[in-house]
Amino acid sequence: MSTVKIPPVLRASVGGAKEVEASGAKVGDVLRSLAEQHPATESQLFSEEGELNRYVNVYLNDEDVRVLDGLETSVSESDTIVILPAMAGGCR
Amino acid sequence: MASGADVIRKIKEQIEEVDPKVVHDLSHNGNGNAPVIVDVREQHEFEEAHLPGAVHVPRGHLESRIEGAVSDRSQPVVLYCASGNRSALAAHTMQELLGYEDVTSMRGGITLWKDRGYEVEVPRALTGEQRERYSRHLLVPEIGLEGQMKLLDARVLLLGAGGLGSPAALYLAAAGVGTIGIVDNDVVDLSNLQRQVAHSNDRIGVPKVDSAEIAIHEINPDVNVEKHQVRLGADNIMEIAEGYDVIVDGLDNFPTRYLLNDASVRLQIPVVSASILGFEGQLSVFHPYEGPCYRCLYPTPPPAELAPSCGAAGVLGVLPGVMGLLQSVEVIKLITGAGETMAGRLLLYDALGTTFTELKVRRDPECPICSRDPASISDDEMGVFPDYELFCAGAG
Repeated sequence: MSTVKIPPVLRASVGGAKEVEASGAKVGDVLRSLAEQHPATESQLFSEEGELNRYVNVYLNDEDVRVLDGLETSVSESDTIVILPAMAGGCR
Repeated sequence: MASGADVIRKIKEQIEEVDPKVVHDLSHNGNGNAPVIVDVREQHEFEEAHLPGAVHVPRGHLESRIEGAVSDRSQPVVLYCASGNRSALAAHTMQELLGYEDVTSMRGGITLWKDRGYEVEVPRALTGEQRERYSRHLLVPEIGLEGQMKLLDARVLLLGAGGLGSPAALYLAAAGVGTIGIVDNDVVDLSNLQRQVAHSNDRIGVPKVDSAEIAIHEINPDVNVEKHQVRLGADNIMEIAEGYDVIVDGLDNFPTRYLLNDASVRLQIPVVSASILGFEGQLSVFHPYEGPCYRCLYPTPPPAELAPSCGAAGVLGVLPGVMGLLQSVEVIKLITGAGETMAGRLLLYDALGTTFTELKVRRDPECPICSRDPASISDDEMGVFPDYELFCAGAG
């Protein structure tokens, strides 16, 4: 099982957890396993065509999976996956 | 017991002294093996005048600081002081105790150098009041007089005098940033005071640019404040941002962040960016053409339901303080050249768990903005992103 760090905007979809354990050999498998456990995250992570939404950045440990093999990037048990949607908040 | 003069004479016999003419010729022959010239006098002496290009390591700090100035022990080094005594003692220490292989002391010091008619560098000086005010900066080698002068000459633009802009305004003013521009079209509201520390109870209803100016001048009356009481938009951003050295981004919405990114890439001004929500903050530096831009990190914004604002979702009041001050540190590093900025890195701060996570941010070779020549980016493209119309309609 790998650890997936959940950003604040998605926490309501996973029952409030900051981190979720999910299994899979590749980044895409882990995220789909997350979406199966917590169906509310699916539409936020994936487009209707099953692609990762462009506004969601995914990191394997500290590296953007876009510069690795994307959703095909291999994952080991000790890896952490970080899901990161853009934040715009300053505070008026 | 030997007298002090005897000791100095003996030490001079054990080291090599060179005439100012030799030092002058060596440093002007331009053949690439010029020696490092080190001034070992006290701070105030160095600041009055010194040899061109000399580095300053006071004799009292020689052992602890010389390696920072001259790391290679085989590098030729010429030391000088006022008349040649202190530099002789320092040369002896470097040669005998620190293992430098090619150390010489300039005979007659800067006094003889000047008598020979060679030029000296007279640095700009701080006033007595400035010397006192910035004394703790002057003591830090990474800032020192040179860094403080850069801060005094610097022009920093704060986008927003709100949660992030407030602490940045106060600390950058305290640090001696010469000119602080503030863009804000809002007035101070009671609900701002939980976090926007540049404002105060008795300034509720006052424009934030005016309130922030008062707070800045209470700390440091020398700061030149440029107030832009407007809403930042495509029609004014280029005009406002031009001429600033660093931009501090405390914006609260995506369209303006993309607009800012595109303007800053065109103008080649680094942006220190932070965002906050709830108990979490993000920080990075977008340094055009030296690192990734905002669009390299976030090619497209999330839909409105995934991008709540602080106004809607709330924020711990201290959080923008933390993030605004991390921004201020990055600003000072960009201005002084000290340390390494957050360019190419993204910091995530989780206040509840007290965790810091650092992620790498890469330049996107296909970035629609920063992969291009800045002159080729047109006004019409600025701030535009996929589904822009839809996004703005959704945000209402």
